[in-house]
Amino acid sequence: MSALSLAARDSATMLRRDALHALRFPMMTISGMLLPVLLLLLFAGVFGHALAASLGAAPGGTTYIDYLAPGILVMTAGFAAEATAVNVNTDAGEGIIARFRTMAISRASVLTGQVAGSTIRTVISAVLVVGIALLLGFRPTASPVEWIAAAGVFAMLTVALTWLTVSFGLLAKTPGGANSLALLPAFLPFVSSAFIPTGSMPAGVRWFAENEPFTPVINTLRGLLTGTPIGHDAVLAVLWCAVLTLAGYLWARRLYNRPPAR
Amino acid sequence: MMNLKAPPPGGKLTTRPAQPAIAATGLRKSFGDHLVLDGIDLDVTEGTVYALLGPNGSGKTTTVQILSTLLPADAGAVRVAGHDLGTEPALIRAAIGVTGQFSAVDNLLTGQENLILMADLYHLDRAEGRRRAAGLLDRFDLADAAGKMAATYSGGMRRRLDLAMTLVGQPRIIFLDEPTTGLDPRSRRTMWEIIRGLVADGVTIFLTTQYLDEADQLADRIAVLDHGRLVAVGTPGELKRLIPGGHIQVQFSDAAGLTAAARTLGQAAPDADALTLQVPYDGSVGSLKALLDRLDGQAIPAGGLSVHTPDLDDVFFALTGQPRPEPDPTQTRAGQDNPR
Repeated sequence: MSALSLAARDSATMLRRDALHALRFPMMTISGMLLPVLLLLLFAGVFGHALAASLGAAPGGTTYIDYLAPGILVMTAGFAAEATAVNVNTDAGEGIIARFRTMAISRASVLTGQVAGSTIRTVISAVLVVGIALLLGFRPTASPVEWIAAAGVFAMLTVALTWLTVSFGLLAKTPGGANSLALLPAFLPFVSSAFIPTGSMPAGVRWFAENEPFTPVINTLRGLLTGTPIGHDAVLAVLWCAVLTLAGYLWARRLYNRPPAR
Repeated sequence: MMNLKAPPPGGKLTTRPAQPAIAATGLRKSFGDHLVLDGIDLDVTEGTVYALLGPNGSGKTTTVQILSTLLPADAGAVRVAGHDLGTEPALIRAAIGVTGQFSAVDNLLTGQENLILMADLYHLDRAEGRRRAAGLLDRFDLADAAGKMAATYSGGMRRRLDLAMTLVGQPRIIFLDEPTTGLDPRSRRTMWEIIRGLVADGVTIFLTTQYLDEADQLADRIAVLDHGRLVAVGTPGELKRLIPGGHIQVQFSDAAGLTAAARTLGQAAPDADALTLQVPYDGSVGSLKALLDRLDGQAIPAGGLSVHTPDLDDVFFALTGQPRPEPDPTQTRAGQDNPR
């Protein structure tokens, strides 16, 4: 068997392990996937009217739910990544990981399995969010091709954030520490164009919001789904995702290959 | 980094009787300023049990972690299963199985799922994997608990599952890091039986233990590790011969008998409360007979008699000048003399 097919086979085995973990405590898995839905209901139902009113007509002449839904989608990826960091950290402390290290298997397969499992759960969560948003009046104008492109951008963001938070999980000494580190990707979308246009923010915050990675991803998703202008945000989004994925992957692999601490 | 010394020439010489399963020379490891292994040599013959015996903190686990490719050594030449540790760790991993001190089972999976996971990672086909898993569940008395999460298992069950997972890949060399620490006496005996069964199948076992009787029971060779140095290597018998003398304990039914015997036998330690007398003994049949003859000659009735040969506790004390490793509550009989 070639090294690559061996790696694929071991990663598939590790993905099955990850899925069994998720199924063992279904309530925890489900509640994790429902969190973004609650956030959507909160922003659409509680803050939505006030936000929409203070912004005047929503940008692009659409309703606030049309503006909000792509932002919540991105938060879905952020929240899922936070859970991944905690899972990876808990798992890394288990004796079975030491066993894996003494076996003739593809080294990164444990991590690849966790990333794949987390990505699948995030996508399910995102489908739920889109479904509820449609019920709340979200009216995307996307063609099938644009839907596929949006799904692709979302998957890229999820994979990027997941590899990054796998590193956080391996870096932190305790699950609590992993959770704190991973709050960053979960909360960065708040300081972006997710809920309100960056133009309405004070200068310093606005500069940050316009230059952080979530904003181009959100703008690209919003453009693909609701037809707002995308401009060079698509290129920026893909670049950010690629850079974060590569950095997260290399960092995670390095941390995993460290000799175990005494 | 590993090859500071030339590897042994074993690979080229076909006339050699059996290549060692594990061969290490000058193995050194420090964690920061703390020197954990100070140049140890190991030579483990294929198909034998080699016990690394030492108290907590002597470097046993570090040795296992290095030999099983988990930790890099600072210096030393190591070959495991004929492969160089520094350059061919993947080939070593394919030949070994490790059951660590801390349970290496997936607590969220059932016993059966754990075994199937191993079968998948050893790239067995599905039917063969299920067959081996079922066989191991039976052999290790886990069939009834096969569908339960490993988190619910008792200490003994978990340790058996741990070892069963190691065996899914049918390794030629198995590292057992303190396989019975924390087990109750019954689980401990079960584990010993399992280990003996593996040896009978031709597997090489590298065992660490802080229990002297465990090494005595299982090992062909014992290396005593103290503060990162091997202070003695040999068969259990050889180690016991390193220290002098056992004793005979004679039991009397009344104080008069005890007093008379103490007077007759000279250099003996009487215990007036237990009505026993401890007499130094060199282990020979002749001196036992002489002792009985002298009691007989004075017509002193002895109620009972037991012979105590030196055990590894005495060896450890003699070699390291320390009392034996701190007793474990589950191990109350481990440090006692061996009545024969």
